[in-house]
Amino acid sequence: MIEIKGAAKTFRTGARVTAALEPIDLAIADGEFVSFIGPSGCGKSTLLNMIAGIIAPSSGAIVHDGRTVAGANTATGYMTQQDSLLPWRTAAANIALPLALRRTPPAAIDARVAQMLALVGLANFGGHFPAELSGGMKKRVALAQILAYDPPTLLMDEPFGALDAQLKLIMQGELMRIWENAGKTIVFVTHDLAEAITLSDRVAVFSSRPGRIKAVETIDLPRPRDPLRIQFEPAYRAVHQRLWDLLAPEIEASRAEAFA
Amino acid sequence: MSAPPAGGPVAGAESAEALAVPATGGGANDLAIRAGQCGIGIALLLAWHFASGRLIDPFYISAPLAVASKLWTWAADGTLWLAFSYTFQAMILGFVVGSLAGFAVGFALGRSDVLARLFDPYITAIYCMPKIALAPLLILWFGIGIESKVAMAALIVFFLVFLNTFSGVRDVNPLYLQVTAIMGASPLQQLRHVVFPSAAAWVLTGLKVSVPYALIGAVVGELISSNRGIGFLIGQASGLFDTAGVFAGLAVLAVTGIVLNAGLKKLENRLLRWRGQR
Ligand SMILES: Nc1ncnc2c1ncn2[C@@H]1O[C@H](COP(=O)(O)OP(=O)(O)OP(=O)(O)O)[C@@H](O)[C@H]1O
Ligand SMILES: [Mg+2]
Repeated sequence: MIEIKGAAKTFRTGARVTAALEPIDLAIADGEFVSFIGPSGCGKSTLLNMIAGIIAPSSGAIVHDGRTVAGANTATGYMTQQDSLLPWRTAAANIALPLALRRTPPAAIDARVAQMLALVGLANFGGHFPAELSGGMKKRVALAQILAYDPPTLLMDEPFGALDAQLKLIMQGELMRIWENAGKTIVFVTHDLAEAITLSDRVAVFSSRPGRIKAVETIDLPRPRDPLRIQFEPAYRAVHQRLWDLLAPEIEASRAEAFA
Repeated sequence: MSAPPAGGPVAGAESAEALAVPATGGGANDLAIRAGQCGIGIALLLAWHFASGRLIDPFYISAPLAVASKLWTWAADGTLWLAFSYTFQAMILGFVVGSLAGFAVGFALGRSDVLARLFDPYITAIYCMPKIALAPLLILWFGIGIESKVAMAALIVFFLVFLNTFSGVRDVNPLYLQVTAIMGASPLQQLRHVVFPSAAAWVLTGLKVSVPYALIGAVVGELISSNRGIGFLIGQASGLFDTAGVFAGLAVLAVTGIVLNAGLKKLENRLLRWRGQR
């Protein structure tokens, strides 16, 4: 269970003060799939960083499984918005890293890495360095990396943004399958409303900066969901319409501010 | 006579092509470049040969054959090997001492913000000073034996490796430290898996550029005061107006530099393979 208790963030860089997030209150249950959606710069990544323990809230707190997050939250696997693969390690070695840090026996590491590479469809690319992979391939390696060590909670910041439309749908299906089988908690950031609806139990819509949660909508579409077809179902259409009506004004507000 | 004009332009055309297509093997191109490089060398030697005595007094520029025969004489009577091993020894010792110290200090300062800020003005001051100017002082301290040459080489190498290590350690992408911490890495594991590999590119660059400087340091020490080494041979030949001797000494230094550099490049390519094709 992740409890976000009035967590807010204001960045101070020299004289510049940026209010990124107003106090956020949200509880994410174990095994739940929750998405954050909102205009660019509204603080989605900031909130994820706070859950991961990379940055501390300016006020309020994040409580994960009963413990207040202070410092790196090792109960999570974090797929960051920027590429975080170590460039001097091959794809396979990157996937192996979290296992090696846990002193997993080498034979077990090799087996797990092979399994993970196959899972993300990169069985033949284990020996490639990140510089030799496409943007989408890097994202898939990063996904394999955080799945490899099986953390109970996954934090994913626009993981499929760099993938082409078809591959994106395939990866969404893969992720849902993993999630349904492994019973993980997933907090997922995306720009893509269709993606948020397809995947999530609940979608949190953020307002433009300084971000707050404008609404949390429950997506009660039946599971298992098929990313390739769900968008043509009437129930999906209704949910999409409802969320779009919440989101559109925020996108307009943030555009108005940016180009004022 | 026909080799240089034929070799030159061909190599030029090939290299333009190599730029257009980031070659993934380019065996043929490499070969053409090599041929071109040899061609240029031969052309220069020929130009030197024919200019000497015709256009320019050999007193100033000697001649390739005279230099070769000088080298042969030195090689035959053991002078060359003795001088070379002396200089090489000073250079290697200086390189090792300087780079170890530079790495250690660079690492320590790079890891500590307080130390880095405390020492910053002094580092800048010493960095700006031409280290060669310290040679007389070092000779005063360490005498005219090999110690002062080692010290000279070590001092120059120290700063290059120090600065590169320092920058490398400071340059580590904080994102890498954050994600590895989330994966459960201890600070020691982060040092091993993130900080060292990330700084390695910088440190290697520091080592690579400092090899020729180690040679310079040792030779300058010998030029100023010594009775042995390649630098001494050059100084002595110059004192005797023996231009061929001066050039022979320079040739030995040049070849040493080329060989060392090629070796280091190989090492760098092996260790930094992850940077991918450029
Ligand atoms: N380290 C930082 N220092 C100063 N300001 C920051 C920092 N990180 C983020 N911000 C600011 O906080 C705000 C929220 O940033 P954040 O990255 O959380 O947005 P986001 O919702 O993830 O946007 P996007 O969808 O474009 O990724 C932005 O205005 C940004 O400029
Ligand atoms: Mg973001």
